Amino acid sequence: MNGQEMKTRTEEDVLCSFCGCLCDDLVVEIEGDNVKNVRHACRLGASKLMGHERIRTPMIRKNGKREEVSYQEAYDRAAHILVNAKRPLLYGWASTVCEAQKKGVLLTEMVGGILDSTATVCHGPSILGIEERGLSGATLGQIKNRADLIVFWGCNPAEADPKHGLRYSTNVWGFFTPEGRKGRNVLVVDVRQTRTAKNADKFIMITPGSDFEVLSALRMFVAGKGEFVPEKVGGVPRAELFEVADMMKAAKFGAFFFGLGITHSRGRAKNVGNALALIAELNAHTKFVVMPMRGHYNVAGIGQVAAWETGFPMSIDFSRGTAYFNPGETAACDVLSRGDTDAVMVIASDPASNFPRGIMENLAKVPVIQIDPYENPTTLLAEVVIPSAIAGVECEGTAYRMDGLALRMKKLVNSPYPSDEEILSGIIESVKKLRGTEAEANAPKEASA
Amino acid sequence: MIIRGGIVYDPANGIFGEEMDLCIDRGRIVEDAKGEEIDAHNLLVMAGGVDAHSHIAGAKVNTGRIMMPDDARLGLEPATAVCRPSTGYTVPNCYAIGYRYARLGYTTAFEAATPILESRHTHEELEEIPIIDKGALTLFGSNWEVMECVREKDLGKLAAYVSWGLRASKGYGVKIVNPGGGEAWGFGANVKGIYDPVPNFDVTPAEIMRSLAQVNESLRLPHSVHVHFNNLGKPGNYTTAIESLDLFKDIKPSQTRQVVHVAHMQFSTYGGTSWNDFKSEAPVIVDYFNKNHFCTMDIGQILFGSATTMTADAPLEYGNAHLLHAKWSNNDIELEESSGVVPLVYLRKNPVNAIQWAIGLELALLTKDPWKVILTTDHPNGSSFVNYPEVVSLLMSKVKRQEELSNIHELASKRTTLPGIEKEMDWCDIAIMTRAAPARILGLEDKGHLGVGADADVTVYDLKPDEMDPSIQHDLVKKSLATAKYTIKGGVLVSRDGEITATPEGRTFWVDASVPKEDEERMMEDLKEKFDRYYSIKLSNYMVQDAYIPNPVVIKAGALPVEEVAP
Repeated sequence: MNGQEMKTRTEEDVLCSFCGCLCDDLVVEIEGDNVKNVRHACRLGASKLMGHERIRTPMIRKNGKREEVSYQEAYDRAAHILVNAKRPLLYGWASTVCEAQKKGVLLTEMVGGILDSTATVCHGPSILGIEERGLSGATLGQIKNRADLIVFWGCNPAEADPKHGLRYSTNVWGFFTPEGRKGRNVLVVDVRQTRTAKNADKFIMITPGSDFEVLSALRMFVAGKGEFVPEKVGGVPRAELFEVADMMKAAKFGAFFFGLGITHSRGRAKNVGNALALIAELNAHTKFVVMPMRGHYNVAGIGQVAAWETGFPMSIDFSRGTAYFNPGETAACDVLSRGDTDAVMVIASDPASNFPRGIMENLAKVPVIQIDPYENPTTLLAEVVIPSAIAGVECEGTAYRMDGLALRMKKLVNSPYPSDEEILSGIIESVKKLRGTEAEANAPKEASA
Repeated sequence: MIIRGGIVYDPANGIFGEEMDLCIDRGRIVEDAKGEEIDAHNLLVMAGGVDAHSHIAGAKVNTGRIMMPDDARLGLEPATAVCRPSTGYTVPNCYAIGYRYARLGYTTAFEAATPILESRHTHEELEEIPIIDKGALTLFGSNWEVMECVREKDLGKLAAYVSWGLRASKGYGVKIVNPGGGEAWGFGANVKGIYDPVPNFDVTPAEIMRSLAQVNESLRLPHSVHVHFNNLGKPGNYTTAIESLDLFKDIKPSQTRQVVHVAHMQFSTYGGTSWNDFKSEAPVIVDYFNKNHFCTMDIGQILFGSATTMTADAPLEYGNAHLLHAKWSNNDIELEESSGVVPLVYLRKNPVNAIQWAIGLELALLTKDPWKVILTTDHPNGSSFVNYPEVVSLLMSKVKRQEELSNIHELASKRTTLPGIEKEMDWCDIAIMTRAAPARILGLEDKGHLGVGADADVTVYDLKPDEMDPSIQHDLVKKSLATAKYTIKGGVLVSRDGEITATPEGRTFWVDASVPKEDEERMMEDLKEKFDRYYSIKLSNYMVQDAYIPNPVVIKAGALPVEEVAP
């Protein structure tokens, strides 16, 4: 800035690009093109917005070594890998905006690949549960204004979504809940005493893997068939479960939040289906809603975008030309564990840190393209690395909160990096170019004059 | 472009089956044009179809998709040179919605219900629907600010809120669904009638409906209020319908159109006291429409087969799920609405479904003036919109109706008047019901007709109206209407014999209504408080940004004289 003082400014009502709470009340202090301070955010959110060391330039691995290249070279190389793969997997999408996700669906269609999101190792079973039962939900504001009973089952918002209670659930006050925390009961069900459990009015510790049985027992009590419930279920005495069922029926408005404790313990989608059934049945007695605690700030968005663009929310295989959805066969872990994909594009996520080891070994065998602002363990596997701007800080776009509410993320500062949307558009252009060249090469040659 | 020699039905301009050429230039119908010629000799030609009530975009449609992969698998079509892959039947993906309307010869469709808070999502989907022009009706019927203005009898402030709500949602008109019921559902209850007070708000559904209709006219909105009545879907609800209609009787329209449009009338035309003595009251309802000129309706026809019910009438959906043991999704929207989604199948041998089927047809056939009754299936509540040709063929053929009546539950013949109805609609009636009337009812001046200056939305059907009898050849009617020979949208040929040839982006209509500044300021005081205390997001993040409406058509309206905008 040639020694001149850098201009500082403050942006208000900024959306947080960390968790599914998608808080929109952050105040960000900006100096030049740098975020200097983040207020009103939790520590997780503040650290996300402040950022850290970035990938500096696009890179391609040549002869085992990564070389810095131009964006165009990186796009061309990515397109080459995707076009020449028989069944590429385009994976991730949770920490970017819907505008990029839409381009991702188009690119997957063009290359006949599989599109899957991080939900597959997160709330994918919740979607399968919803397919079976439907979901009785509400926006978070409805819960804030009305709920006198909050249930957290297999989730720990005190540590994973720190502002959830303050903004939406346990501690906030609203129109019909003027006493805030005092007027509410908080029930926590988990396999260990989490920080969330410590603040509960009632905590039920269940045996790991017994969620299905405990939910079934509660359904029996709600249906008035408690006499069939055994003396102990999931390590919890019958009388205590009766008390919990009564507490749920007695609420004027109950809200049931569930996390990976249900979706990724024994029973998975069946656990979720059972929880959704319990909530539907409680509505014969009172008002009850249910919501998956979504992790990344826009993992709900990729489910929405994929559904309206392809008809299916995740695990969509375009290798037959039409959209094909069969989780168990077409999810990221399915194709990777079988070694049934020959190239992987990873965007806005880090499977190397999250996937099981066997799957990672297969990932390491195929060419990987990574699009991300930051270096992470997946970078180590990548053949092509394309650094991107940070959505919600350096570029704007749409994100869906855990309750399905769409909000617009702001652009706070300029960035030397292209957005995910721009990068995907670049790859799409390279795919077209490549296809055009192929078509030309394959076209019948005209006799020259 | 010139469309040569078609047999044109353009009832809005007094043209009833005349052979004529249509000229198109720069997206409009003109006196004279050059260029590409389309041979339509002896073929049926109409304006592009207009669907005034269809659920095509937004949270509840996507909820339907997410909970029903079985539905998505029904409509698989691969990508083509111009098309993205299609999926779905009752809840198709966005692309399929555009392509399938175009194949039917429809060029405009309005999403029937969007909560303000979730409108950003609605527009995200509308933007992805190719080809057709569209708009969305905004829900106001269980909104806290609306109910408080009504309670305070402050219609100026209410007008300011409606104007602001339309701008915030980029909406086209005022939709009211089960007024007050969405709020009662917040604690699992419902309102039982139009004079049953809304819990905690001390207003009645009747007051909500009347006040919103008055404000709708003071704002001079292009469309009237668009109402889904209380008690919808329940036996004996025709009395609620008549009571509700009476509320609008003395309200003066601000322009030449209805004061109230009744959504999917079929679902509010039920007699009896329970499902056991369930019967049609279509003659009573139609008599009301024949005698009064302030109201219009769409029929909300059901057809046998699968459907997905989706509505802001959340208690109704809970009831559906409970009754049918079906899967159920619900979504309550803070301070504004509630909604629900339940998939179901209408069965020929189910007495209630058979009677419902007959009622829709009775409404259409008994109403004397076709301008008052438009064709819908309340897609996808009654059936998918792709089945409109089935409805048309039923309306045009008594033979077909009798065949169908002999195949369905006998109570359809005993508890409705359908068997005795001789009327068979002609092409003029059909052109009115599917184009001219919906455009007029919505207040879309350049749609639904083929006069000079109209949008060049034209459909040519592969059917020679002067050489066939729709009464006998109902199969041909259905087949020809299902796949237009040519569909032209904004002067571009978009579909030929069912093949999509081009996918131009459609436009989105929304209404910007001005109000006196002091009313707006008073209203904003209220809103600031609501956002500070009760909403879960900030006021500044609430309004749908312009980025979500890439091709807007802004209709100016308002309580004040409309200011001239410099060109």
